[in-house]
Amino acid sequence: MPTDTPCFEARNLTRAFGHGARRKVAVNDATFTIAEREIVSLVGQSGCGKSVLAKLLLRLEKPSSGDLLYHGRPIAESGDPRAYWRDVQAVFQDPYAAFNQFFTIRSQLKACFRLFDRRPPEGEMEERIDQALLAVNLRPRELDGKYPFELSGGQMQRLLLARIFILRPRVLIADEPTSMVDACSRAGILEYLMKLKEELSMTIVFVTHDIGLAYYVSDRLFILHEGRIVEQGTPDDVTQRPTSPFTRQLLDDIPSVHRPWVSRVGAK
Amino acid sequence: MPAILEVEDLRLHYLTRLGKRVQAVDGVSFQLQPGEILGIAGESGCGKTTLVSGLMGLLMPPLHLSSGAVRIAGRDILRLPPAEVRRSVLGRDIAMIPQGALNSLNPTRKIRDLATDVILAHDEGADRRAIQERLRERFTRIGLEADAVLNAYPVQLPAGMKQRVVIGISTLLNPRIVIADEPSSALDVSSQKAVIQLLFNLLDEGIVSSMVFITHELPLLRHVAGRIAVMYAGQIVEIGTTEQVIFDGRQPYTRALMGSMLSAEPGQKSRKPVAIEGAPPNLGEPISGCRFAVRCPVAQPDCPQRDQVLREVAGRHVRCHHAH
Amino acid sequence: MKLLRHLLRSPGFLVGALLLLATLLLAFLPPLLMELDTSRRAGLAYMPPTSGRWLGTDHLGLDMFALLVSGLRSSLYVGFLAGIVATVLGTLIGVYGGYKGGWIDDVLTACTNLFLVIPSLIVLILLSGSLQEGRSLTLIALFIGCTTWTWSARAVRAQAASLRSRDHVALARINGYGTLGIVCLHILPYLLSYLFMVFILQTASGILTESVISMLGLGPYDTVSLGNLLNQAIRNEALSDGAWWAFFPPMLLITVIAFALYVLNTSMEGVFNPRLRK
Repeated sequence: MPTDTPCFEARNLTRAFGHGARRKVAVNDATFTIAEREIVSLVGQSGCGKSVLAKLLLRLEKPSSGDLLYHGRPIAESGDPRAYWRDVQAVFQDPYAAFNQFFTIRSQLKACFRLFDRRPPEGEMEERIDQALLAVNLRPRELDGKYPFELSGGQMQRLLLARIFILRPRVLIADEPTSMVDACSRAGILEYLMKLKEELSMTIVFVTHDIGLAYYVSDRLFILHEGRIVEQGTPDDVTQRPTSPFTRQLLDDIPSVHRPWVSRVGAK
Repeated sequence: MPAILEVEDLRLHYLTRLGKRVQAVDGVSFQLQPGEILGIAGESGCGKTTLVSGLMGLLMPPLHLSSGAVRIAGRDILRLPPAEVRRSVLGRDIAMIPQGALNSLNPTRKIRDLATDVILAHDEGADRRAIQERLRERFTRIGLEADAVLNAYPVQLPAGMKQRVVIGISTLLNPRIVIADEPSSALDVSSQKAVIQLLFNLLDEGIVSSMVFITHELPLLRHVAGRIAVMYAGQIVEIGTTEQVIFDGRQPYTRALMGSMLSAEPGQKSRKPVAIEGAPPNLGEPISGCRFAVRCPVAQPDCPQRDQVLREVAGRHVRCHHAH
Repeated sequence: MKLLRHLLRSPGFLVGALLLLATLLLAFLPPLLMELDTSRRAGLAYMPPTSGRWLGTDHLGLDMFALLVSGLRSSLYVGFLAGIVATVLGTLIGVYGGYKGGWIDDVLTACTNLFLVIPSLIVLILLSGSLQEGRSLTLIALFIGCTTWTWSARAVRAQAASLRSRDHVALARINGYGTLGIVCLHILPYLLSYLFMVFILQTASGILTESVISMLGLGPYDTVSLGNLLNQAIRNEALSDGAWWAFFPPMLLITVIAFALYVLNTSMEGVFNPRLRK
């Protein structure tokens, strides 16, 4: 595929829910491109529309109006959705919620082979699952017969990443993958994301409310506020020369180790 | 000044249905001074949340007291009958802001009614009109828009505001100590800031006297706490002032924890956070020697054999015999 | 396991389960132990209970105890069959609408509401009344099931709609599952305990509805059921003859079964719903 067509291209993309007076516009008139092998972060407070935008990119929601193209073709019309999901995959915020509590972990990892028209033979599937588990530092045999509730949050989040190592998609939509794990496990999760990018030369869309984290991982940032993209640019441009007041707000709100944060007005 | 809260060699364990004993808190001691905010940091599973149950005097099976004491103004709350703890300790001496506060409000009732109930539960004869006045005054004083908030149903409030309302309601009875267990971890950064601001208001207005703030986010503690205790595998491994612990940690685990934090801010991109390899020890088995030794980047051959005690190093207490 | 322990600790559940067990025993044990004949005359009409005939005889001189046991079995059969039909229909329609959303949901909800406002008892009476011959037990049960599925559909729809936006459903979709796979593997398991409660309630209302229809004389014409017994008792002046044994035992049994099932349902709700578990 020629690299000059962008991976994603959105023109006046809008997604609204409800009708009439109860109509709520979650994504409002968004226009952007995301190049191949780029890491773009969607940053904003909760309710800013970043998760809906991620769902649009994942083909889990349909645009209300406007265009959303994947490699030049409208996403909604690209035929077999499974072909799309072979290319574009996701990890979610809450790994416990993302796995079905009634089935073993292994059987749920195996379920992603459904995306292929011709499934690999049993032995190869098992082999690929084992490889993927090793890639995220989980011991395959220890997970045999285990259910989601038997593992820790950090392990579960790595399982979601293992799915990506199995599928090896071209695009990864990461919806707040670090916000539900311990602060000290975040570095590990990000390491795996970087490893994915390096090994598979993947395009990554990273959704987060933490502009500092976004700064750390991305090539470009989109700042969202009330459904609109209010600013886009490189991490340095956005964080050092913010043009939107909403960006400045987000920057002020990160508790940094090196900067004063909340002032105690009435302190004795 | 006498300490407002004294925790003395507290040990708590869980008894599982199969009779297995898990020593979740294993010899924790600290004192909380009036006006102080003590931060407690550590990975999940280090015993932070179990410690909270102990501090609240809420020991219910499968959690049991092994030994030690929790004294509030000299009174050992772990040896009071549960009914007495509910009646005279909770809400007045000590109040908790829970982790899952977002779901702790009854969705079918207005904030006003929920708050009124809290006051009536402790003062049955209170005059209804006086209560309304008191609620208005209190919510305004801690920086919430009293009229709008009081007349709302929980679902009408955004997550950050709901958390602030929970804090407002749980401190209505002017508790001396507030235990905040990850009060802002589920919120976005902007709401988190508002929550912290509110906690500061409570202290500055003299509504509460001291606070224990539990979180796994060290950068947050830097701004919130005056002193920090780092917990690992049920024990405090380092306790000292915020400056000492954050910028000059002496215990290897403290340093590893700090090194794993993304100090995610402009200009810091070059510093690479390092994840701590491995997992904490299983507290269901008896452990001897240093509990961090297997994951410790600077472990010495004698570490796995040597039981560690808290000792003073450079003005703070550290559980590592190599620290200096 | 934990759930079972919670259940066993709830007094409502114990009472309900024991009562239900007792009625089941009464329905299925006696035929194994003694000879029960519902067609042979055991004496004169309306003979009072004696030590040999525990519940006396009916207006034809048939043994009341034998009639009661066989009537109980028919009532339970009708109840369970109606319960299954109503639960399955309601679940299919509710889950599909709730999961799909959009216009499909709108249409299905409109249909459900339409059925809901039709007074089902009147429809049942009209249906039964119009069928003189061939009004079998099974047919009555199917009728009941087909008119009472509406509220289970509504209840299930609400649950399914809330599951639809869960992450594990999103993950199932990008794993390539179709609607059928998602509904069967990723939504229904989460609803199982809930569906069980729905089923119990539908069974109870099935038994009650059958009794009402039968008492009105529109029940199955060739079998004995508890409602049928009441109908016979009324028509043959058991009340004025003071033959309480002809109408009181079936009445009591209907009450006990319905009570047991309702108590079971509410106690289970207290356990399954963590918010009520306090």
